[in-house]
Amino acid sequence: MAVVSITNVNKVFGSGNRPQTVALKDINLEIQPREFISLIGPSGCGKSTLLRTIGDLIPPSSGEVLVNGKPAHAARLNREYGMVFQSPVLFEWRTVLGNVELPLEIMRVPKPERTQRAREMLRLVELHGFERHYPWQLSGGMQQRVAIARALSFRPQLLLMDEPFGALDEITRERMNAELLRIWQETQTTVVFVTHSIPEAVFLSTRVVVMSARPGRITDIIEIDLGYPRTVETREMPRFFELVTQVREALRKGEDMRER
Amino acid sequence: MERIGERLRNSTPPASVFIIFIVVWEVLVRALNIPRFLLPPPTAILNAFFDTSTVIFESAFYTLRSALIGFAVGCGAGIMVAFATARWVTIREGVMPLAIAVNSVPIIAFAPLMNSWFGSTNPLSKVAIVALITFFPTMINTVRGLTLVEPAKIELLHSYATSQLEVLLKARIPNALPYMFNAFKVCSTLSLIGAIVSEYFGGPRQSLGVYILQEAQLFRFTNAWAAIAIAALQGMGFYLIILLIERRLIPWHVSLER
Ligand SMILES: Nc1ncnc2c1ncn2[C@@H]1O[C@H](COP(=O)(O)OP(=O)(O)OP(=O)(O)O)[C@@H](O)[C@H]1O
Ligand SMILES: [Mg+2]
Repeated sequence: MAVVSITNVNKVFGSGNRPQTVALKDINLEIQPREFISLIGPSGCGKSTLLRTIGDLIPPSSGEVLVNGKPAHAARLNREYGMVFQSPVLFEWRTVLGNVELPLEIMRVPKPERTQRAREMLRLVELHGFERHYPWQLSGGMQQRVAIARALSFRPQLLLMDEPFGALDEITRERMNAELLRIWQETQTTVVFVTHSIPEAVFLSTRVVVMSARPGRITDIIEIDLGYPRTVETREMPRFFELVTQVREALRKGEDMRER
Repeated sequence: MERIGERLRNSTPPASVFIIFIVVWEVLVRALNIPRFLLPPPTAILNAFFDTSTVIFESAFYTLRSALIGFAVGCGAGIMVAFATARWVTIREGVMPLAIAVNSVPIIAFAPLMNSWFGSTNPLSKVAIVALITFFPTMINTVRGLTLVEPAKIELLHSYATSQLEVLLKARIPNALPYMFNAFKVCSTLSLIGAIVSEYFGGPRQSLGVYILQEAQLFRFTNAWAAIAIAALQGMGFYLIILLIERRLIPWHVSLER
């Protein structure tokens, strides 16, 4: 069964005399278990909107989103996905450990187990030793890793990530990419990942979903047949460059289609 | 040890400025032969204080009590109304603009009215003024703190299917605490001003406001100055206590400022 199944989803923002934006038009997408899907496309093409629709943070105007066979709303109430935003969104009054424990607290996991799991997740993102720090004492990249640990702490089957590494420098970003892949393989989750970076999308994904703006729609889906594990060498393989070029051309074609 | 050393170092500059200020005051007043009724030197004020300490302490206690009770009532009510308004959007939209408007009214102007409502020697007339003065800043700040939570935080909590009550407990209240403490700090000073100034319009003989007024009218200016110094100390003490509670309760915020 597909983890995410999106059928004929449309999203129109604005009603009455406000200007209307067609943020999503006729979106169809099936995501299988253990997939790593990247959404890529120009700014304003509806990537965040699609991700938030999957997460039931905004309702679609029409169409259907199923998560693990249930409506997205039921999946949210069932706490089946973890969310990571572009900014870390840490609670500044909580320590690093407290932030990672937050979802577990809300889900009524008993204190000892909660702490143990949060520590485990912090080790996974290589932040052990920072449990008692406050968010402002960490660098941007470390804060983002706390956010990832928090999203993973309750072992969701689905990880929704909205440009989580957008604010990082190139080197840190590549290291975070490798870490994310390692975590993905260790935790056996399915990932939907929004990005602006073509190499990042190719490096991480099993499939890259190319979107185009006004109206926001899917113009291409590219299989990434690089195999795993992916390492620094992966980025230097000829096939990697071919796929990068392929995604870039798909993006350009999407733009051209709009102009016509 | 290190922390005590650091505190001492931090408090050295303001303490030295204060001491220099007092010394310059003393020296200038004596050197320029400024008449006592204009400005007495600090030593004379200190003497006056020792001579009249019983009366001053009694008066100061009465005034402080009005200020503290009024502060507790005003801030308490402000917080309660804020929680109600933050919970129900319709109330907020109706109440907030009004509250902000009323907050700019000089409430102390009502002091004579309160005196005639409750009777000038009834502590309630002072408590009412202080409560009114402290109510609005507390309420407005608390509403801001409860509502101005980063939207992404709320969205994140929704993604865990968090209940409204827990959104309040885990996001809104912690977010509101720094706003509330800012209000308390402002209100600590306001409450003493409110109490003393409304006593100027009439109050029991043993109250700071009445005492200062009476001594000034009898040309015993150094006594008035001594009472004012006590009022100043009370104000600073009250403010400091709130500052200390703030550090205790929300260390994460205070350290952010550093
Ligand atoms: N809450 C909203 N109300 C009105 N319009 C919105 C809202 N959210 C998004 N939009 C519109 O929907 C479109 C898609 O927005 P979205 O945030 O999904 O884009 P995006 O692909 O994530 O862009 P970016 O890469 O810049 O983050 C945009 O035109 C935007 O103006
Ligand atoms: Mg976006």
